[in-house]
Amino acid sequence: MTMTTNKAPSRLDRFRDSFVWYSFKRDRTAQLCLAVFLCLVVAAFSAPLLAPTDPYDLRQIDIMASELPPFWIDGADEQYTLGTDAQGRDLWSIILYGTRVSLLIGFGAVILQALLGVTFGLLAGYLGGRVDAFLMRLADIQLSFSTLMVAIVVGAVVKATLGGAFYSQYAVLMLVLIIGLAEWPQYARTVRASVLAERGKEYVDAARVMGLRSKRIMFRHVLPNTLSPIFVISTVQIANAIISEAALSFLGLGMPETHPSLGSLIKAGFDYIQSGSWWITLIPGAVLVVLVLSINLLGDWLRDVMNPRLYKG
Amino acid sequence: MALLEVSQLDVRFALRQGEVKAIRDVSFTLERGERLGIVGESGAGKSVAAFSLLNLISKPGFIAGGSIRFEGQTLNTMSERGLRKIRGNRISMIFQDPMMTLNPVLSIGEQMVECLKAHRRISSREARAIALDKLRQVQIPSPEKRLDQYPHELSGGMRQRIIIAIALLLDPDIIIADEPTTALDVTIQAEIMALLLDLCEQHNVGLILITHDLGVVSQVTQRMLVMYAGRVIEQGPTREIINDPQHPYTQGLINALPQMATPGEKLNQIRGSMPSLSNLPSGCAFHPRCDFIKRADGQTRPACVEQVPGFVQTGNCQVACHMVAELLEDRRLKEEGQ
Amino acid sequence: MSTQASAAAVNHIPADNIETAAPLLQIRGLKKRFSLSGDFLEQLRFKGGKLVRHQEHVHAINGVNLDISRGEALCVVGESGCGKSTVARTVMGLLSPSEGEIHYDGQRIDNLNSRQLLPYRKRMQMIFQNPYASLNPRMTIQQTLEEPLRLHHPKWNRQQIADKVEEVMRSVGIDPDWGKRFGHEFSGGQRQRIAIARALAVDPEFIVADEPISALDVSIQAQVLNLLMEAQHERHLTYLFITHDLAVVEHFGTRVAVMYLGTVCEIATTATLFAKPRHPYTQALLSSIPRLEDDRPQHIRLEGEVPTPVHLPSGCVFHGRCPYANARCRQEIPQLQLHNDGTRVACHAVEEGRL
Repeated sequence: MTMTTNKAPSRLDRFRDSFVWYSFKRDRTAQLCLAVFLCLVVAAFSAPLLAPTDPYDLRQIDIMASELPPFWIDGADEQYTLGTDAQGRDLWSIILYGTRVSLLIGFGAVILQALLGVTFGLLAGYLGGRVDAFLMRLADIQLSFSTLMVAIVVGAVVKATLGGAFYSQYAVLMLVLIIGLAEWPQYARTVRASVLAERGKEYVDAARVMGLRSKRIMFRHVLPNTLSPIFVISTVQIANAIISEAALSFLGLGMPETHPSLGSLIKAGFDYIQSGSWWITLIPGAVLVVLVLSINLLGDWLRDVMNPRLYKG
Repeated sequence: MALLEVSQLDVRFALRQGEVKAIRDVSFTLERGERLGIVGESGAGKSVAAFSLLNLISKPGFIAGGSIRFEGQTLNTMSERGLRKIRGNRISMIFQDPMMTLNPVLSIGEQMVECLKAHRRISSREARAIALDKLRQVQIPSPEKRLDQYPHELSGGMRQRIIIAIALLLDPDIIIADEPTTALDVTIQAEIMALLLDLCEQHNVGLILITHDLGVVSQVTQRMLVMYAGRVIEQGPTREIINDPQHPYTQGLINALPQMATPGEKLNQIRGSMPSLSNLPSGCAFHPRCDFIKRADGQTRPACVEQVPGFVQTGNCQVACHMVAELLEDRRLKEEGQ
Repeated sequence: MSTQASAAAVNHIPADNIETAAPLLQIRGLKKRFSLSGDFLEQLRFKGGKLVRHQEHVHAINGVNLDISRGEALCVVGESGCGKSTVARTVMGLLSPSEGEIHYDGQRIDNLNSRQLLPYRKRMQMIFQNPYASLNPRMTIQQTLEEPLRLHHPKWNRQQIADKVEEVMRSVGIDPDWGKRFGHEFSGGQRQRIAIARALAVDPEFIVADEPISALDVSIQAQVLNLLMEAQHERHLTYLFITHDLAVVEHFGTRVAVMYLGTVCEIATTATLFAKPRHPYTQALLSSIPRLEDDRPQHIRLEGEVPTPVHLPSGCVFHGRCPYANARCRQEIPQLQLHNDGTRVACHAVEEGRL
């Protein structure tokens, strides 16, 4: 503890002095992963600027230019750097747009999961007793349905009642809802475990003795102290959500081919592997792997740095 | 030659803020059968000193200088293999938390037998007999039953007795006890301390007792070291230091005890708190808290702020304090003048 | 110990009938049990082919009566597991009693809901043991100290709150300029000062201090103890002081209650208790304080160890370790008996003059 000056350090100073920054400066893997991840995110969200064509615009699609190979293979068209898919869409453009869709669904689903999971976990952990028992059994039940099952059921119900067109139109939202609802127990359990640990600490007792209401204690005192496990689990969950979305799309339960995500791109190209057009599926596949890998490695690094012992991946 | 000779021990920790000197220039000796207390508050470096004796300092800590000689062998340069022969065998350790030593999945008997067989060539039956004998020595009720129990089945006081039995298992020459009773209740603490004292006397075992409790030190040890911010600031016979401490810090520590004040009156407190090792004050590390850095004429002694004090001999004690040195010098001059 | 004197001194007046000048806090027949058996499903057991509901309890406190008068510092001492902290936490409403009543200034408070309790929160405050855990790590000192003020003085404006925070920080010896810092940037002693400041911020009249100095270094203990005594003097505080350190009790306490396994075995003024401990457990406890003076401690050795509070011994809870226990001690629970120097002791041996 050094207190030579009375001036309190600013937030930036604190961050510079923190272990997170220190360890980041020394960890090449973390730096590389963050760089890759940021590149992908920036590229995906500036897709309309970067992409030479708009794959959603049917007028720009030339069906005659389908299945053109990427530039390093004979027979490539210079106009299409990474070649084209079976419908004649520019692969580079469609990957950019697809990554954007995947990331949107990933982040959206995780925000939903976090909202539900953190609230339920906080309530269960802090209030305990019956609330805890009810919410945790609910989480158990939820976990016993796999994401796929939920997706199939919800997808089938929505398609049957509101029609396939409706589903396609709101596919992003539907996927966010499905993945968000299916995986909140991960958050709830992690948060509950750290709330239980925090609740036993004396600062919570001090807040109670002061006369503060439960709501304020939960959100003002307990929640900020469970942020680091939430942060760590979020990275893993984003990767999981992206993978889940890809899996659902691959099975035809996710994004429609007119509005493809990385998953539906892989699926769309899968049929053409035998006919020699491997790039349609492998290049989006590689992008997916790089994206998920960089997030997961970042998550691993973050977990080591923040070391929340209660975290169970 | 003393049984254990530590000279100018210097232990550092390589941290991200840079190197931190955990202990500096620590020297002491321990004769066979002698009981030595190392006293200090948290952060004084007393546990680091104890751990470094057996080279148990783990990374990022390392012994940067000085020597630890046990029966003429230098421990700090010895191979890990050589050290293993000494650890637990010739020098054993007792930790504050018994569960640091006890393996929760092995029964008490298994752990004791295993420990014996690691160091001696004996049969399991003989080992068990020795273990039983040691359990009797630490006055555990129904020792036969305890051999087959697991650590979690025993109370804290009982576990600490087992630890003492394990420490005595190989008839060591020295026991290093790091806050052995801090986690225990006073009545249990008194019993454990009395037991440790008796056993050390009976078997002529040397004891290095690390504690923050001056009461315990005064009851158990013959000589003591007082540590402050990584340095020894006073050492000598326990009774002399307790009765007539010379260093202002030792004085403050003893006078701060509630039993030294009239009930209901203000306690004599030392102001401030121990500096962090990464940010030590210049000169004498205690000077920002010291009431004696000013001379009688109101001037600050420059030496206190500029120079690390060396030891001066007063009676049988050695004190690292400029003020004491000056007083002694004045007295000597006065005597010479007469 | 003169046996005749203490035997003659016993007045057979039940403890409850003695009313001194209306005490600030009264604890009557307080009991607290904690269930060990988990939820309903976990309590079901098969026994003899039947499904039985089986519950086990930790009996943390078993019928404690205590009165605390205005302006005094009542120390509760005992070893770990004796229920002293449970008493403190029950008084503060952090735990609800299984049986018994707690009265504060004449008003029963143990059955109030949190809204009804709010006015008492301002009058009663608590200081905790571990200064490293009692400050919210994500809040600055300023925020920590402002929070109780905002809650209890909703009409105060920003300036009034800031002034009060500054005043209370100065009064505990913390530089008000450090308000923007977080708890972890301070040393243990400074953190405990901040925790004391938080308790003092609402100007309470009664403070429960649960081992407030046990986690601190010796030289810092003295500072914090001095601070608590100063605060008592200046603000006319009443303390319920929980500790295991008898040397601190001797210095700090007006009266002492010694607890063993959830019961009070002796209550006396500090001077009387230290001069003339009557209960065998008190005697053993006092003899085991490590003192600077003696080389060879002559402490009273107790047989065995404290029994678990799950299965309480019959009769006197101390009989298993007591050198003076007889058949009566093993069957009959001793009650606190008043002696003519004001001491109350729960011991058959003392009552019968055997001790």
